[in-house]
Amino acid sequence: MVGIKSYGAYIPRYRMNHNTIFGAVGFLGTFPTPGEKSVANHDEDTLSMAVAAGIDCINGLKREEIDGLYLATTSQPYMLRQNSAIVAVALDLQSNMRTADFIGSSKAGTSALVSAFDAVKGGTSSNILVCASDCRLSKPGGPQEHLYGDGAAALLLADDGVIATFEGSYSVSYDFPDRWKTSAEEFEHAWEDRFIRDEGYAKMIPEAISGLLKKYNLNIKDFAKIIFPGIYVREHAAILKRLGAEPGQIQDTLLDKVGDTGAASPLMMLVASLEDAKPGDKILVASFGNGSDALFFHVTENIKKVGDRRGVKKHLALKKELASYEKYLAFRNLAPMDMGMRGEMSLRTPMSALFRERKAILSLCGSKCKKCGTPQYPFQRVCVNPDCGAVDQMEDYRFSDKKGVVFTYTGDNLAASIDPPAIYGFVDFEGGGRFWFDFTDCDLDSVKVGMPVEMAFRRRYVDEPTGVYGYAWKATPIRA
Amino acid sequence: MAEGIKDKVAIIGMGCTKFGELWNKGAEDLMVDAFQECIEDAGIEKKDINAAWFGVHFEEQSVGKGATSLALALKLPFIPVTRVENFCATATEAFRGACYAVASGAYDIALALGVEKLKDTGYGGLPGGPGLMGTKNALIMPKLTAPGSFAMMATRYFAVYGLSPEEGKRMLAKVSSKSHYNGSRNPKAHLRREVTEEQVVNAPIIAWPLGLFDCCGVSDGSAAAIVTRADMAKKFRPDPVYVKALQIALSSGEELMYTKWDGAHVETGYRAGVLAYNEAGVKNPRKEISMAEVHDCFSITEAVTMEDLQFSPRGKVKEDIEAGRFNLDGEQPIQPDGGLKCFGHPIGASGLRMLYEMYKQLQGKAQMPERQLKNPKLGLTHNMGGFPAMNIVSVAIVGL
Repeated sequence: MVGIKSYGAYIPRYRMNHNTIFGAVGFLGTFPTPGEKSVANHDEDTLSMAVAAGIDCINGLKREEIDGLYLATTSQPYMLRQNSAIVAVALDLQSNMRTADFIGSSKAGTSALVSAFDAVKGGTSSNILVCASDCRLSKPGGPQEHLYGDGAAALLLADDGVIATFEGSYSVSYDFPDRWKTSAEEFEHAWEDRFIRDEGYAKMIPEAISGLLKKYNLNIKDFAKIIFPGIYVREHAAILKRLGAEPGQIQDTLLDKVGDTGAASPLMMLVASLEDAKPGDKILVASFGNGSDALFFHVTENIKKVGDRRGVKKHLALKKELASYEKYLAFRNLAPMDMGMRGEMSLRTPMSALFRERKAILSLCGSKCKKCGTPQYPFQRVCVNPDCGAVDQMEDYRFSDKKGVVFTYTGDNLAASIDPPAIYGFVDFEGGGRFWFDFTDCDLDSVKVGMPVEMAFRRRYVDEPTGVYGYAWKATPIRA
Repeated sequence: MAEGIKDKVAIIGMGCTKFGELWNKGAEDLMVDAFQECIEDAGIEKKDINAAWFGVHFEEQSVGKGATSLALALKLPFIPVTRVENFCATATEAFRGACYAVASGAYDIALALGVEKLKDTGYGGLPGGPGLMGTKNALIMPKLTAPGSFAMMATRYFAVYGLSPEEGKRMLAKVSSKSHYNGSRNPKAHLRREVTEEQVVNAPIIAWPLGLFDCCGVSDGSAAAIVTRADMAKKFRPDPVYVKALQIALSSGEELMYTKWDGAHVETGYRAGVLAYNEAGVKNPRKEISMAEVHDCFSITEAVTMEDLQFSPRGKVKEDIEAGRFNLDGEQPIQPDGGLKCFGHPIGASGLRMLYEMYKQLQGKAQMPERQLKNPKLGLTHNMGGFPAMNIVSVAIVGL
């Protein structure tokens, strides 16, 4: 049976209260509803979050069985250079696989899911990881600013051992011009909100859901949970009422906790519903964006056997308030900040070296000596153990999934950083191996020698003249 | 067994510019200044020099690649000139090249000159750049700066020896305060103001736990030496200074990538010290080394180096610091000229600047009489380049 084999999610650590936004740019006339939104750290973006959700999803599973990776987003860092391929290499997946970017609409997440199910069903792939992630830039003071949140979800689709079977889908597509952005633009445009709500949201979601119900001869009451983005709070409730759903069937939209996460939104809600699902539950998911895809799932007994996942729940619980709106502007590069002359030196990226060293840099792989068993990072030809020194006796060894402890650290105020001090240090990995890394998602006061850490894939720098986003692995306190 | 070069080479002249933020001097000016003092001190003429070794680290900040900048600045008459670079040991490497050249008999008289013009970057601290790992730097290195990398050694030292940050910072404050005392008595130093321990402890943090006064200055400067075969030395002056040992050691990767290193010492420092003591025939460095100029780029570096060079037992440097052992009037004065702390660290010049102080002290010619030590026998210089986990250390021992 084709279905979902595993799930994962990611929500950045920072949350910003809508009142913080209102306090800073409320004079422009936006009136946010109560709540908070998740904010990506300065070193996070769509790809780093997709990788984090992917890691959560494949934790404990065999990576070598994954033969496809689809990335869904409306905020892909690269227009040219496949974003999904970067996620795949960060996850250290095999190269004998399909990768594809699903972009350009907030229904991209469900579109990727439907396509992936088709491929698994058709037998061309057996394990496809679908990552949906969005980290959308909005103009300061605009209505999207408090509406949009950053987050990601990942679902592993397979043809056996699934926790929820994929039962069917129904799609509608319209060139609905609610939001748009040309390839040359930094910010999106949006037509009048009432038009989007009444002509799009309130019509297209019910059309897809009703179509699905009719196609598969279902009743709305069959579903344990009904999921679709909640960007219009009152209309969200009204649609459910019109469909005949009871309050107990409504899946929380995360709107006042995370915000609208674009292409990731319906998938994050699906993950949240799976976290609480029981065998036999039917779940209906619909997206919104240039139409809608509606899908439905049937939860199996395997749901009880899902390994430890951080999912939506644990990520929601572990947060830190970002109380400074100015810092948010700095993180998103929305206001020019003075980083000093030292900060103006740009790192150039030797692309051929990046490709040659991709296993070390993007997959965080080193080597393990077959003679003495010493793990070492990065890959060495001559064993670093002074009592061994074997030459060319190495096998690949992945560090990204190893935990470690802080050997030593500092908080550096001289290093150019948008969020000083720059915290970095040495990590001693469980099972062996030591290297130095930047630290992230931590405060200097909380870092201690011996503190447990894990590794996180992050955007480390922007090489503007060359147009390159530089990614690397950083150490971070274990979040859950 | 290799014989080493003990007593085979003598220094017959040295020169050293004032170090500082010399906005009105370029690298060429500094080279000429150091060289003129050096050959006047040696009592020779430019034409007597057979070959030269030239040290500069950040060539992109000042003179460009190769050794032509030295040959051109001094108008050296078509003699062999070699440029060397080995991080902060660059000047000592230039000196080593010159010493080996005369020790081998290839030349009679050789020049070693180091220079660095750091203050043309537009910001504080050392110039940024590809640094340690070249092409891979952008791809794989964390946002490491020099103070940050040494701060990690302080964090580690405190953790290994059970010092609270307050205790650790107090210990380090004594190191910096002592060097400022010496530097304030040296007209060639950059920073010439005494600072109290309280000032050091309360200074703004540069990289936790190191504050402003735990860090050495950043300055411009140049220093030079003329060396000759030992058997010729007395022809030039009655008080030549002899080279007793000249060694370097480099990291093997073990510190950075293997998990045995404790992070609270510099392995190369210990190794280079052992090599140098063997070459010089020093059995008990704590007793036999009269004085030293060590690489105090940061206060923690000096503290750890006292242990690496076996001046203090492992983990016990705090007791020696507190007892005043390394003060100008202590049993084993360290940084009698003020050290990198007060001279700053024009990288290509520092090693020769250190030798300049040892040379003058051995000759009884320290510039201000109150800095002159009583009858020093052996002086040691020590440079450490790179970061504690990945570096080069040089150790030179000189004596009468």
